Amino acid sequence: MSDVVHGRLRALLGSAGVERDQAGLPRAIPDSADALSLVCRLAHEEGWKIRVEGHGTWLPADAPADLAVSTRALDQVVSVSPADLVATVQAGTPLEALRRRLADEGMWLALDPPGRPERSLGSVIATATSGPLRHGFGPVRDHVLGCTVATGDGRLVTTGGRVVKNVAGYDLTKLQVGGFGGFGIVAEAHIRLRALPRADITLIARGPRDALTLAARDVASAELVPAALELLSPALAAEADWVLAVRFLGTDAAVQGDVRRLAPVGNLAWQPLPADRTAAFWGLVARGSQGGPITLRLGVLGDGVDDTIDLLAHDLDEGLLSAGPGAGMIRWTGDATVERLRAVRRAAAAREIPMTLERAPWAVRRALGHFGAYREGVGQLVGRLRDTFDPGQCLQVALEAAAE
Amino acid sequence: MSPALIEELGRIVGPRWVRHRRAELKTYAMDGLPTRESYPGVVVIPASSSEVREVVRLLHLAGAPFVARGAGTGLSGGAVADPETVLIALTRMNRILHVDPVRRRAVVQPGVVNARLSEAVAPLGLHYVPDPSSQAACTVGGNVAENAGGPHCLKYGVTTNHIVQLEVVLPDGSTVELGSPHGEPWGPDLVGLFVGSEGMFGIVTAITVRLEPVPASVRTLLADFPTVRAASEAVSSVIATGIVPAAMEMMDRACVAAVEASIYAAGYPTDAAAVLLVELDGQPDAVEAESETVRAILCERGARSVRSASSAADRARLWQGRKKAFGAMGRIAPDLAVQDAVVPRSALPDIMDRIAEIRDRHGLSISNVFHAGDGNLHPNISFDRGDPDLVHRVHVACHEIMAVCVAAGGSITGEHGVGSDKLDYMPWIFSPETLAAMRAVRRVFDPAERANPGKVVPVHACREWRAARGAQ
Repeated sequence: MSDVVHGRLRALLGSAGVERDQAGLPRAIPDSADALSLVCRLAHEEGWKIRVEGHGTWLPADAPADLAVSTRALDQVVSVSPADLVATVQAGTPLEALRRRLADEGMWLALDPPGRPERSLGSVIATATSGPLRHGFGPVRDHVLGCTVATGDGRLVTTGGRVVKNVAGYDLTKLQVGGFGGFGIVAEAHIRLRALPRADITLIARGPRDALTLAARDVASAELVPAALELLSPALAAEADWVLAVRFLGTDAAVQGDVRRLAPVGNLAWQPLPADRTAAFWGLVARGSQGGPITLRLGVLGDGVDDTIDLLAHDLDEGLLSAGPGAGMIRWTGDATVERLRAVRRAAAAREIPMTLERAPWAVRRALGHFGAYREGVGQLVGRLRDTFDPGQCLQVALEAAAE
Repeated sequence: MSPALIEELGRIVGPRWVRHRRAELKTYAMDGLPTRESYPGVVVIPASSSEVREVVRLLHLAGAPFVARGAGTGLSGGAVADPETVLIALTRMNRILHVDPVRRRAVVQPGVVNARLSEAVAPLGLHYVPDPSSQAACTVGGNVAENAGGPHCLKYGVTTNHIVQLEVVLPDGSTVELGSPHGEPWGPDLVGLFVGSEGMFGIVTAITVRLEPVPASVRTLLADFPTVRAASEAVSSVIATGIVPAAMEMMDRACVAAVEASIYAAGYPTDAAAVLLVELDGQPDAVEAESETVRAILCERGARSVRSASSAADRARLWQGRKKAFGAMGRIAPDLAVQDAVVPRSALPDIMDRIAEIRDRHGLSISNVFHAGDGNLHPNISFDRGDPDLVHRVHVACHEIMAVCVAAGGSITGEHGVGSDKLDYMPWIFSPETLAAMRAVRRVFDPAERANPGKVVPVHACREWRAARGAQ
């Protein structure tokens, strides 16, 4: 079977467009959206299961499939328009390469997702994994203006557009952002840029968790506009105590004003990070989310953060944990059994808190699903949406929990 | 419309909330789009989620199409229904159900008027940010359907960025809860998918919105320019600094003249080719510094003068001129075609030249008032419906303007929606495959396509329709 798949892919993409992974599974490496759609069409016609891969740094490449499709050759920054604050970028572009290219033009993408710098843009979009900057710049959905998607049966669908404001047609982009690839494979995206900020200052305070969560709520309700407001567990911050980090970005006047106003908030000893340590600090936070095989996020606003961390600490462990009390999200990384995770999801659901599995080995993804169970009536909608974008069920993505 | 159905509707909402006489229906025969008029078969005005549910359930069983409508201020014909269709007006569902100042959330019914929500939470130091020009009349439910924008969306985002949870009655009468108050969805982002679906996926009966703190300080600058091109270039220059103004609005000479001749006169210089309204907000020290930077850029780019609103009343007056510009144009001619298109911001200067050229070639009166910071244009053509030749020229000019914007890499609508007005333009920017995917998504929510039928997706341009015709 594997030889047949390999041969068909080679006929389609040429020998440079196909390889085998370590386990011998044929892996297609299309270098254009058209080629990607051809691969999907072939798989659909043959009834083959597809595992989608980027650079293999976030989700483990372990979903059982007849072939893997890697976006890593879709690695071009197609265009950058500083005057429009828009770029068009292929999905396999590593974030670090994109960052450098944009910085050359005085621009940046205001996202700091968890994971390694070589993570692909497509991976961030598909998993909607935002980082601490979500506080000031919004979740991943706010940064994606449109995309080109190959559906599971090989149609190319374009969503949104290249302009910053657009209501033409239904907003299908939203389905792709955080759809975990269940509604197609993103080949290319139009993203919203910002001019690089002149000032970038991070201040941190250390202390017991309850004091910091209270302080975080004070910061969130004070007249400050932080770009990030993130509570970090000792393990994640590589410190002896919990850390509350506040990051200000913008013009010198705005940032200096906010730093002054922060001083009395929360009655904490705020300590500015040296400028040359800022990037390393936030890099550590991003990479820390890979310190265990499983990463999950929960939607919680400020007043529920403490209780929810208690819940995680009780059922799992305190581990590598970060919380954005203003942005309404907690991220946990570690290791746990399916039963434990199921218990956490159940307990969270009872508190009206959604839990999304961002990253885990296939066995865990399959058992739990990225989303697990839905509210009443929503599951049917999601199922029909998947049928629409992947009628042959070729895309090997576990959105829902397997039957217990 | 069948008398039996009318009677059944009356049983649900009470007979006085069912309108079916021609004189009663006239109110609902149009929305803000002057070129489309159609009387609905019957209008039903439910008062609660459960009444909406019952009405929709009844229509499901009867196989009857329906159109949901808020205040009817939409500009794309999206809230207009044909005689075979039941129009469900949501204006009685106008209660703010819950406000949570700590979490900065409010839960509202769909008929709540946009501006009323901000007024209601103002004592808490909060406001609801999206502020369409029609905010004194339009409803939050309509804003959700259209993914409405407004001047302050430049910095704060459009409706979709401010909606976290929706209670939706699907076209089969069942109810689903989408999203969560935190903003983290349960599953795929169905709230994001729903917002902007123009009433074709179902009816929202409760909406949880984000509230934002009212900024500590606001500075409004009024700059006037000798050419539209200079003003457009100034917009690009400001954007390039990294400063994000809360709003950046442009009005051309024709628009200024209309405003200044009306009761909304704001003191705009009538001899300017274009005026730019730039608003900065945030902390006082930052606003102060950024205003100075912006002022310097505007001057550098050729502004003849830049003045700052001297007081809250002065600021309100400057904004009133902008927000009532459409009303002011009513004095020029009986009808106004309010267009809506988006271009990449760098294309603004050229596009404005092209629009002027189209105006001159067709001998039309066009005034421009728009969200320059977003590249969201509103070329408005004054005309008289009674003059068929003029109507034809307006139609052709609208087409040409849209074609120019699309060719520049833009979109056919930035905030008004497709409705029925822009169906023909959809194939200009989307492939048959994409249009077919949109239609398929709509059918996920509404398999029989009974909710706001005939809008947004031109079925004849979808791939499967074309394939079926090919097979014949």
